[in-house]
Amino acid sequence: MHLHDVWFILIAVLWTGYFFLEGFDFGVGVLTRLLARDERERRVLINTIGPVWDGNEVWLLTAGGATFAAFPDWYATLFSGFYLPLFAILVCLIVRGVAFEYRAKRDGVRWKRNWEQAIFWTSLLPAFLWGVAFADIVRGVPIDRHKEYAGGLLDLLHPYALLGGLVTLTLFTFHGAVFTALKTLGPIRERARALAGRLGLLTAVLAAAFLVWTQAGTGNARSLAALVLAVAALLGALALNRAGREGWAFTCSGLTVAAAVGMLFLALYPDVMPSTLDPAWSLTVANAASSAYTLRIMTWVAVVFTPLVLLYQGWTYWVFRRRIGVQHIPAPAHAAAVPAPAGPAGTAAPAEPAADRP
Amino acid sequence: MDLALAPETIARWQFGITTVYHFLFVPLTISLSAVTAGLETAWVRTGKEKYFHATRFWGKLFLINIAMGVVTGIVQEFQFGMNWSDYSRFVGDVFGAPLAMEALIAFFFESTFIGLWIFGWDRLPKRLHCAAIWMVSLGTVLSAYFILAANSWMQHPVGYALDPATGRARLTDIGAVLFQNTALAQFAHTLTAAFLTGAAFMVGIASYHLWRTRRLQEAGEAADPKRTLAMRTSLRVALVVAVVAGLGTAVSGDSLGKVMFRQQPMKMAAAEALWDKEAPAPFSVFAVGDVAKGHNTVAVEIPGLLSFLAHSDFRSEVPGVNDVAAAEAARYGGDPKDYLPNVPVAYWGFRWMIGFGMTSFACALAGLWLTRSRRWVAPGKRTAPDEVPRLMLTPTRELGPALTRWGWRVGILTMGFPLLANSWGWIFTETGRQPWVVFGLMRTSDAVSPGVSLAEQLTTLIGFTLLYAALAVVEVRLLATYAKAGPVTSERPPEKDPVLRGPGGPAGGDPDGEDADRPLAFAY
Ligand code: HDD
Ligand code: HEM
Ligand code: HEM
Repeated sequence: MHLHDVWFILIAVLWTGYFFLEGFDFGVGVLTRLLARDERERRVLINTIGPVWDGNEVWLLTAGGATFAAFPDWYATLFSGFYLPLFAILVCLIVRGVAFEYRAKRDGVRWKRNWEQAIFWTSLLPAFLWGVAFADIVRGVPIDRHKEYAGGLLDLLHPYALLGGLVTLTLFTFHGAVFTALKTLGPIRERARALAGRLGLLTAVLAAAFLVWTQAGTGNARSLAALVLAVAALLGALALNRAGREGWAFTCSGLTVAAAVGMLFLALYPDVMPSTLDPAWSLTVANAASSAYTLRIMTWVAVVFTPLVLLYQGWTYWVFRRRIGVQHIPAPAHAAAVPAPAGPAGTAAPAEPAADRP
Repeated sequence: MDLALAPETIARWQFGITTVYHFLFVPLTISLSAVTAGLETAWVRTGKEKYFHATRFWGKLFLINIAMGVVTGIVQEFQFGMNWSDYSRFVGDVFGAPLAMEALIAFFFESTFIGLWIFGWDRLPKRLHCAAIWMVSLGTVLSAYFILAANSWMQHPVGYALDPATGRARLTDIGAVLFQNTALAQFAHTLTAAFLTGAAFMVGIASYHLWRTRRLQEAGEAADPKRTLAMRTSLRVALVVAVVAGLGTAVSGDSLGKVMFRQQPMKMAAAEALWDKEAPAPFSVFAVGDVAKGHNTVAVEIPGLLSFLAHSDFRSEVPGVNDVAAAEAARYGGDPKDYLPNVPVAYWGFRWMIGFGMTSFACALAGLWLTRSRRWVAPGKRTAPDEVPRLMLTPTRELGPALTRWGWRVGILTMGFPLLANSWGWIFTETGRQPWVVFGLMRTSDAVSPGVSLAEQLTTLIGFTLLYAALAVVEVRLLATYAKAGPVTSERPPEKDPVLRGPGGPAGGDPDGEDADRPLAFAY
């Protein structure tokens, strides 16, 4: 096996890690509207992903950085070609991160409601757009002889791609519901399970259609195996969810995400971005890769640091493994809890920050 | 108009705006995480409540700040591909490596341990919790190192060969890229500047609180003694850090200047608006007239200083802008005019960097001296254990009331100066390198994405700018609210040290046993 094949696999692994992890936190973001009935329940949801969402997002940054280092042409064509969708995703990720951090930093109904709206939309939109983007990558886009994207925005929004977007959106929301059932207590846990049951069916239909369409287009024997695994894992997740085996259900919904991403990459190989204009202009693992020297260095770095990352991120999940329910959410701040900053006469006392901050 | 809307121009504005904006948060993050870690260590080791309150307070400001640093960093990671695709293709082999290492090594560290630190107050034993913030701090420093190594390669490409088949740069020596002296000098200078920035920020906020307390005391009203204690300690720590870091900034800036002079003589000449070579070359403190015209009516010069900055002696010759431009034109072809950076920006950028930054340093030095010898707690002077520092002129005489007031005010006023200095330092560094994006190898005009339309570029430029402006308003308001409210001194450190519990406990895996329904110590 050539080093650029290894890097193709590593990049698939990074994207899989990203969608597995950020998949459920996008899902939880969407559920803040679908599942939570009041502000305390919304806070329960947000706090299930509180300690981990930032670390999850770094999988995306690493996938981006690794693509830059290992396949510069892929990085260049992809992000300059998918310019506006990527811009939309970036805007969402910016607002989303700020929303998590700042929502509780002030009391005030409007302040909180605005950030909660933001969390919903900025979770929903990237969950959809990533599916669109990956469907486009797999199906191919107009790429000219200079490896430049030669299409427009509308070339990215055909039915297959839109279906791909719906699949990731529903799949991540399902994954998020299963995660919520695993991480919460009380009525919200029951509702999460019920919702996961319904969402799972919808996801199964959409995902099966999309994956079979993909298989019919560019599939091969290996991608077929991944397809079967993805569908089986999804059905398994549904059954286990109904049976109340939440840990296993989450394992299976995660496996679904992984198998589906795996299938897309298997259907893609050995291309990394096929050209619809002329197959000879496609970007492939060979013609888009860095030099062997760079790939060797990066392989060493990946071999040493990836296990380390898995180790300490895994440990974080273990530290925060406790389920949470509304009873764990500190009461809304009372101004009295914070001693008013003693201002000398004439100095306006500043507005109160929330009291339940560290 | 045509020129103003060249794709290159828009892409440059976008990169400049987003990067300078990112770099407003970065230095504060780097320094506040380290200082918070230091304060928490002091608390863990001594158990003193004032350190606990200080840790919580500065930690909170640090978190508000890092949130913005992190989200603006995401844009950075992708915009090379978006707007600079030809650049990415040309340098990816070399430049991508430090970027990927940064993500894999530094960002994972930072983002994972910060989650542990924020939510871990009641989950982790004290020492482990303290270790988490040290990890965050280490992550920020590593992150700075990798990205600066990448940037240094653009300033001074090393460890590469041009691929004869594709014409692109190919990495040949990763050690040279990561450890060349440009990277080391840039890292030292940026890191010390970051600490100066954070320390000045702390000095400002602590001054605000202490001055207010002072006025309260004078009005005969009660002040919160615990706040005074925490702020007094913070002030002192910050003053020391600012002075040490300020010195470090000057020393590292000097060696960076020497490196730069050897590698990019044009930048040094532009920084001085030195149009024709001189020996010995003076350092221009201030120039009147039009620096862009090629003839300055310089007002103030220090003879020989520029020679010293460039060569460490006061006599040697320093080539001027015209000499370097002619030399570059002879070497790379074209007209000397093509090789001129924006001289006024370089000239004033360099001065504003030094001027703003060193003003804060000078104020910190004065503050350290005015509050010297721990005089406010010296037994002979002490009126109360929580006394606000007296600003002492001589060991026996305080500043008068008006001077005292200005003493505190200056502390507050200069808190943002190093942020300006940082921005101008970068604007100088990056524009002074023009027309090159990779010095001597690739021009900025060849680096932009050929496939991206003007409309698309304008969309993102305007979109990011508006979004960033809106977020700046939110962030500054939040910071101001929390900074003014001061430490929450009613908070107590956890009574018993949390223990890391094994996976035992009742079914469902609730590890807490008896107080399973206790609210979270921290919740979003
Ligand atoms: C608080 C901020 C601050 C302060 C007080 C200073 N600097 Fe600085 N300087 C920076 C913040 C900065 C910076 C923003 O961090 C830069 C931009 C690029 C870099 O590596 O650091 C920089 C760049 C920079 C460069 C350009 C490097 C290049 O183009 O490669 C030189 C020559 C100096 N500095 C020299 C100095 C000297 C001689 C100083 C004072 C005596 C000084 N700086 C104070
Ligand atoms: C935080 C530190 C930095 C700041 C504030 C900064 C600032 C700027 C500014 C103001 C420009 C516009 C220059 C012009 O239009 O003439 C620019 C350009 C650029 N910088 Fe930096 N920069 C920083 C660090 C970096 C780093 C670390 C890299 C690489 C990893 C980098 C890569 C570039 C590129 C590719 C351009 C576009 C080409 C150009 O216009 O020169 N910069 N930067
Ligand atoms: C133009 C090149 C740059 C890129 C591509 C870049 C990329 C990023 C990214 C993706 C993040 C978010 C990390 C996370 O999610 O945890 C980030 C944060 C950070 N970056 Fe940058 N960055 C650039 C410039 C710089 C420079 C010049 C420095 C330091 C000298 C720096 C230091 C940091 C630090 C310390 C953080 C973490 C905390 C914070 O942002 O406040 N970055 N950067």
